[in-house]
Formats: sequence, C-alpha cells, structure tokens
Amino acid sequence: MIDVDFEQPLGPFTLRAQFAAAARVVGLFGRSGAGKTSVVNAIAGVTRPRRGHIRIGDATLFDAERGIDVPIAQRRVGYVFQDALLFPHLTASANLQYGMQRRTVAERYIDADRVIDVLGLRPLLGRKPATLSGGERQRVAIGRALLAQPRLLLMDEPLASLDVPRRAEILDYIERLRDEFRVPIVYVSHSVPEVTRLADTLVILADGQTLAVGDVHDVMGRLDLKPHTGRYEAGAVIEAAVATHDDRFALTTLRFEGGELSVPRVDASAGERVRVRIRARDVSIALARPAQISMLNVLPATVLAIGEESGPVVDLQLAVGSARILARITRRSCAELGLRSGQAVFALVKAVSFDHRSTGYA
Amino acid sequence: MPWLSADDVGIILLSLKVAFVAVALSLPPAVIVAYVLARGRFPGKSLVDAVVHLPLVLPPVVVGFALLVLFGKRGPIGSWLEAWFGVVFAFRWTGAALASAIMGFPLMVRAIRLSIEAIDTRLETAARTLGGSTAWVFASITLPLALPGIVTGVLLSFARALGEFGATITFVSNIPGETQTLPLAIYTFTQVPGGDAQALRLSAIAVVLSIAALVASEALARRARAAQAS
Repeated sequence: MIDVDFEQPLGPFTLRAQFAAAARVVGLFGRSGAGKTSVVNAIAGVTRPRRGHIRIGDATLFDAERGIDVPIAQRRVGYVFQDALLFPHLTASANLQYGMQRRTVAERYIDADRVIDVLGLRPLLGRKPATLSGGERQRVAIGRALLAQPRLLLMDEPLASLDVPRRAEILDYIERLRDEFRVPIVYVSHSVPEVTRLADTLVILADGQTLAVGDVHDVMGRLDLKPHTGRYEAGAVIEAAVATHDDRFALTTLRFEGGELSVPRVDASAGERVRVRIRARDVSIALARPAQISMLNVLPATVLAIGEESGPVVDLQLAVGSARILARITRRSCAELGLRSGQAVFALVKAVSFDHRSTGYA
Repeated sequence: MPWLSADDVGIILLSLKVAFVAVALSLPPAVIVAYVLARGRFPGKSLVDAVVHLPLVLPPVVVGFALLVLFGKRGPIGSWLEAWFGVVFAFRWTGAALASAIMGFPLMVRAIRLSIEAIDTRLETAARTLGGSTAWVFASITLPLALPGIVTGVLLSFARALGEFGATITFVSNIPGETQTLPLAIYTFTQVPGGDAQALRLSAIAVVLSIAALVASEALARRARAAQAS
C-alpha cells in the first residue's frame, strides 16, 4: 500500500501529490514539467515536502505533523534513474552488491541469484559500466535497486534514454520482475503505451496537481482526461484472456467480456491474462454489421458519451460489454451517422493496428 | 656513483624526505577542504576559499615569516607544540616540510576540488538510496572517482615542495644537512666563487627528479582512469 499526500513548492507552483494505491504498479503519468520527478524525489527522500505524509505499507517515511523524516539511506526505497547512473569505477557485479551489503540479513528478501537470472545479468557481471550498452546498463541499474531490498521501487522514465528496440526489451524485463518479485513499483512516464502496459493504477499529474487517480482501464477510458492522456496516442485499455492461437495466419484470439479480438500472434499461452491497448484512432464506427470487409474485429457496442465537438475530430466513449473503449472519428461522420449517446453501433478495429507495444501481460 | 658526492646524495635524500613528508602532511586536510569547498554550502565559504589560496598569491617570504612568528620557538603555536608534543619546527627539516606543505596546499586543494566537482552528484544520491551513509558514500564513491585529481594534486604539491625556496629559507634558514634542500644548495653554490659547476650539477639533478615525478604521476593517473573505464 502506497499512501502519498503532500505539498511542496515547485518553481512557481505548489506541487500537490495525493494518491493511495495497493497496486503492483502505480503509473505516474503526465507531460514533462508536470512534477512527476519531484514526486518520486520526495518519496525517495531526496527532497523534503512542506507538509503531508508519505507511507509505504506500515512504514511512515515522512510525516510533517509528527516530525518524521526518515533519511534517504534508511528509507529502503529503490530508485531507478532515467540514465542508469551506475558507479563507473565498479564492475556490474560490485554495482549489484553495493546496496545489498548495506542491508541486514533480516532485511533481505530478494535473492541475488534470482534477480541476476530474471534480468539476464550473468554474462555482464565482470564488466565495467563503460563497456555495457544502454539497455544493459539499465538492467544492471534495475538489479542494483532491487538487491538493495527495497520496500518500493521508483522508476523515473527508465526507458527514456534508450532507442526504440531496447525499450521494448527492457519493458519485457520490467514486466517479468513485476510478476516475479513482490515489490510495489511506482513507474513514471510520459508515454501512454508504457504506463498502460505496466500500471494497474494510474495517477495523472498536470502542472503539479493530481488530476486523476484510478484503475488504468477507467482512467484511460475517460473522455475528460483526453487532453492529458494524449491526443495522438489516446486510447483505452482492456484486459482479456488468450483464447486460441491460429498458427496458419499467425493470429491470436483474445476473449474479454465484450467479445473476442483478433490480434497478431502474442507470446502467451491459452488462458493467460493479457492487457491490450486500443488506440481511439484505430476504431471505426458502423451502424450495421458490415459484410465483405477486411477488418477482423467487429464488436457490438453502445455509445456512452460523445466528446467535445469542435475541430475536425470527435471522440466517442463506447461500452463493449463491461469494457470501455474510445473511438476517434471525424465530426462529419458523427453528424452523417447521426450518432447520439445510448445508440447501438458496431466498433471496427483492424487486427494489424495492434503491435508488440500495445499488448502485454496483465 | 662517481659524479655524485656524499654531500650531493645527502642533499637529494633530504629534499625527497622533506617533499614526501610535506605531501603526506597536507593530503588528508586537502581532501577534506576540497570536499567541503566542492560540496558544502555554508556562509563564509568564499572566505575559506580565499584563505586556502593565500599561499599561492602571497610572496613566499611573507609565508615564511608568518611561519616563523607562529611556529618559532617563542611563537604561540611553536612553543605549545614543543611543550606538549616535543615537536620543533624552527631550524629543523620538519620546518622545511611544514613550509613546503603550506606552499603546495592550494595547488593540491584546487586539483582535488576540480575532480570532485566533476563527479555527478546524482551518483552520490544513488548510493544513498542504496543505503550508504554519508561517510560510506564518500569513501566508496566520491574518493575513488576523485582519484585522478588526487594524483594530480599530489604531484603538483610534490613538485612545489621540491622547488620551495623563499618560505623555507625565511622560516628554517639554510643549514647544511638539516634544512638545506636542493634549491637552497644550488643558491648557496651560486653565491661562492667557482661554485657554478656544482650548481649546474645539482640543477641537472633537479631536472631529473622533476621529470621522474611527472612521468610517475602520469602513469598513475592513466592507471586510475583506465581502472574506471574498462
């Protein structure tokens, strides 16, 4: 349980962070300058809030009223920085051990060998940071933070300094450690695909204010948050189970409460839960079930709400069973189809619009 | 060695002893002062900075005279040190080492401070989030990363000690076998008729010593850098 409620001066603003979550991964989302890094710095103890409290589980790390301010070294909050910040004079192995050696045996609950295996660090152990690639460095940095036996792991844009193929790779590793170790994670990012893939609870920050806190599906499916959850990348997230694989066409069928989705083959076995992001701009609307069409996914849906009508496009919130998805169409189409809330429609989604970045383990 | 007289060897050994002791004496306080100046934020920091740099800008004779006044047999610090610890600086080789240490101090502090300032402070923050106390982070992160600067600082102050003249001669005079280091001996030979040849020989030795110190420190600095890179 992470319980954060504090105020802190931040340039011309006052940063107000207020969220509580029992999630495995809390996504801290917002544009650059929104105050994301300031929030994690306060949790880590690098900066001191003016008032409020920060609690993790039953440990109070900061409480202005009770005069509690646990020093950084004793907080046991792991911090993975944007650039790995490995100690350049130490080998990967010595970097990994740096924090573990500072903890008592009673405090150790994460096994070094398992971390090394899960993150694939064994071939890197004897090497100095200067000889590692960016992705390798970030993996060592994640391992180093984990081995310091943290109560909570903070990840501040851990993929930002990596190239695109590396990002996907590290994202897989983070997903694996999320499922393998019992460390709650606060994951900071301004990338919609990253947070929606990893986070269970989403916190949206804008100009130092906590705008929304909630389940990732609910928050991403809200029309009013669209200016913050991204224009181009806007989209909803649904959870589904792998139903069948179609080897002949390399497709996977996912089943969720609103129906079935065909997506390019995913690396998960039947029955496993996955998370899919459907971008609003990949969803089309039809009033009748279309025939002879290339789109594989035709989902019966109900229009729940129609977004602000100005400019060329309009966003619709749709209910597909109990799931919520977003559709972005032109205002002209909306008018010509005469769409209104409560109307039954069909949501069309091209199977090829899903890629590796939009599907992940739930 | 036929071209080195017993006196020459004595002068060289005394000079090296004075220089080594001067460096050893000034290294620990120089590291602390450099760290405080690089990382500390406190009122009066620029004053401390100015005082540290004073020996660099003052005429060496003034520094020697100040040492004489403070550390002389009747000086406030000198008489106290003699009464409690039996340490005497006046007209002893220890005084030459003290003078050299003080003259080289700003050079040493400067080199170490620059290399500490070049260290990303976020590395120290990272070490603290991993559970390192301030002292442990200093010893395990800051100090090893500042090593190239420490090597440079040691060399600069060692070279300064080998060449120190003004403060030494003012503080501890020019006593053969006790305080007559290489530069003082060269100076003495230039003051007597027919001493040019000996002055020249000692000067050649000074050149050799300086080059050897330079080469050794370069090798050390390269190893320190290589240890970080590979």
